[in-house]
Amino acid sequence: MISLSHYLVLGAILFALSVVGIFLNRKNLVIILMAIELLLLAVNMNFVAFSYYLDDLAGQVFVFFILTVAAAEAAIGLAILIVLFRNRRSINVQDLDQLRG
Amino acid sequence: MPLLSILFYLFATVLVVSAAMVVTIRNPVKAALFLVLSFFSAACIWMTLEAEFLSIALVLVYVGAVMVLFLFVVMMLDVDIERMREGFARNMPVGALVAGIMVVEFVVVMMSDRFDSQSLPRPVGHGPDYSNTKELGLVLYTDYVFAFEVAGLILLVAIIAAIVLTMRRRPDTRYQSPSEQVKVSKSERLRIVSMPTEKRPEINK
Repeated sequence: MISLSHYLVLGAILFALSVVGIFLNRKNLVIILMAIELLLLAVNMNFVAFSYYLDDLAGQVFVFFILTVAAAEAAIGLAILIVLFRNRRSINVQDLDQLRG
Repeated sequence: MPLLSILFYLFATVLVVSAAMVVTIRNPVKAALFLVLSFFSAACIWMTLEAEFLSIALVLVYVGAVMVLFLFVVMMLDVDIERMREGFARNMPVGALVAGIMVVEFVVVMMSDRFDSQSLPRPVGHGPDYSNTKELGLVLYTDYVFAFEVAGLILLVAIIAAIVLTMRRRPDTRYQSPSEQVKVSKSERLRIVSMPTEKRPEINK
């Protein structure tokens, strides 16, 4: 029988995979944004699982707000990315050293 | 093995494999498509947890809107992938180590008997006349109405910020200004000059 820990472990694996993604692709800003989306998905998975097993709808309400904030974050992040590419012709994180003293 | 377990393991496998492909694949367009697949399988898993509204919202909002936005941006940018991949193999051991430690720590906590099926059995679930959307709406518009309004405000700010960030003015392009065109008066465009009349020249003399 599927218990709560199955869902929690699935969320943990997903979380660890996206952290690895940030490690591996730390020059590619697009993949970093995608890994952040995966991180939020892993957290949402835990929220939904707890909401079901504890029979409390507050968890799903939290997921609702996390989805909202994640969508806003993705939109602004991609807008910054486009402005960055327009100015620097690159989205490599290592090229973004204008503020280095 | 009950059907629910089969479905869970199927969707969980697809989810983990596609998430691994997102972070390791070379082409960013394919990474975005694998991200779509992982969101879709996550929505299927949420469906087995009786979170129907959220799972449909995940498909509509993420697969339908956010991932299309990602695909637009990825296809629009001309990215030098080879330079991006520098250090990929070098960071792999550190990343794998961190991920392994994280998973082991999580599993040690979450496989404890506090969360297993004996101490926290799976709920029986609700009847066919139970509406997850209705219940969620009842909570959302009463207890969490302030947070709901703030979420709407956040979305508004995000819209304005994204538009302002990406809007650009090009001073060298010529464009029409309709308000200036409408406001123009006759005296600015038309000049009446008085000239003396001239005598008609004689032809065929």
